[in-house]
Amino acid sequence: MVMWRALVQRELQLLGRQKADWLNPLVFFLLVLSLFPLGIGPEPGMLKQIAPGLVWIAALLSVLLSAERLFKDDYRYGVIEQLVARRQGLFSYVTAKICCHWLSTGVPLVLVSPLIAVLLGLDWQSWQVLLVTLLLGTPVLSLLSVLGAALTMAADKGGILQALIILPLYIPLLIFASGAMEAAATALPYTGQLAVLVAFLLFALALVPLAVRQALRMNVG
Amino acid sequence: MWGSMFRWLDPYAKPETLYHLCGRWLPYLMTLAIATLLLGNIWGLAFSPPDYQQGDSYRIIYIHVPSAIWSMGAYSSMAIAAFIGLVWQIRVAQWAVLAIAPIGAVYTAIALITGAAWGKPMWGTWWVWDARLTSELVLLFLYLGVIALSGAFSEAARGIKVASLLAIVGVVNLPIIHYSVEWWNTLHQGATITKFAKPSIDPSMLWPLLISLLGLALLLAALTCLRLRSQILIFEQHRPWVRQLVEQQHEEQS
Repeated sequence: MVMWRALVQRELQLLGRQKADWLNPLVFFLLVLSLFPLGIGPEPGMLKQIAPGLVWIAALLSVLLSAERLFKDDYRYGVIEQLVARRQGLFSYVTAKICCHWLSTGVPLVLVSPLIAVLLGLDWQSWQVLLVTLLLGTPVLSLLSVLGAALTMAADKGGILQALIILPLYIPLLIFASGAMEAAATALPYTGQLAVLVAFLLFALALVPLAVRQALRMNVG
Repeated sequence: MWGSMFRWLDPYAKPETLYHLCGRWLPYLMTLAIATLLLGNIWGLAFSPPDYQQGDSYRIIYIHVPSAIWSMGAYSSMAIAAFIGLVWQIRVAQWAVLAIAPIGAVYTAIALITGAAWGKPMWGTWWVWDARLTSELVLLFLYLGVIALSGAFSEAARGIKVASLLAIVGVVNLPIIHYSVEWWNTLHQGATITKFAKPSIDPSMLWPLLISLLGLALLLAALTCLRLRSQILIFEQHRPWVRQLVEQQHEEQS
């Protein structure tokens, strides 16, 4: 626990120094969202209709991109090698990484959600559902992106490869998160979709850190 | 108990033994596969009765359904191989992952293409965003991810290990993806032969289908043997037994 706290502190300190790491994905998210009205026309009715999918696709792309360089520096400077050689503490490192990744990319998305609601013309009710799906869904996005980053850590070709392997795994999340928002927009019950999102979150929380740890060990070799 | 139960398998974890075993099985598997595929397809395409609703165009089922079933079968066998390779650190099982992945990807592509060709006369469109079509497409992406990841490392052995882990993650995710898209949208006709109780298909159509199914399974096994042999040679190329083998063949040829 002491180690975990130290690792979280270190991550947060690094994030504080490299503001681009969490600011760029946020700007990217807003930029992608503002491209859609320009591309398909600014009619409020249509925007409102496609808003659920739109917000979620923008969210998963920005979280994915932010994870790309997550382990690169630690790998280059030998931090991960040391942790693997030490035979303990790697799991704390993984969970600290995941927590801080969510804090730096998921939470900002939640915080700007009122702005999104204004941009896309969402009403009060839809915004609330958007907020809940983002709160439940972005941790899963972070978990899976960290897994992608861990798998491709030592690969020669990063970036697009990580997207290729992780995007298919995002599909269930995309379906249920935008499904909940669509149901709310047509005044249907949406608690079922939210329950499934909670299930995804718990499932991913239980298994993904183990897979990440294994992936890091393999990459160090 | 488990340890002693599978002890007899141990010799086959040795690359050289497995190489020769695959070499011995390959001709039989390949001949059987071609024979059953020819039998099943000719029977199905030329001699089984036309469907009362879909006419002759249903006949693509003899290619579509087996390839769709074995695209998933190949994925599960790949994941099992990946699991064995990672848990017990057996290298030949890891190589088997790499051997099966492209075959499975091609099976998936065949299922998608024949599905599109079947969809055009039946539904009036090449593609719909239906649950099963979508999950089959995602399956193709998962295969491509495994293949791409295994080739992305300068050290090939590491790439295979990481790709094996991805294959296992994929197999955990596959049912989730399947059921989510199912809930999301469904237009595909119900399953034809997976209902164990009573298939909703006439025996005169069922038999050629089952034979084609067996044929494609045998083809999968044969191609896996073939590809596994070349993987073993690639990864063991510096070992004395491979050099000996090459010299032997060289002498035979000259």
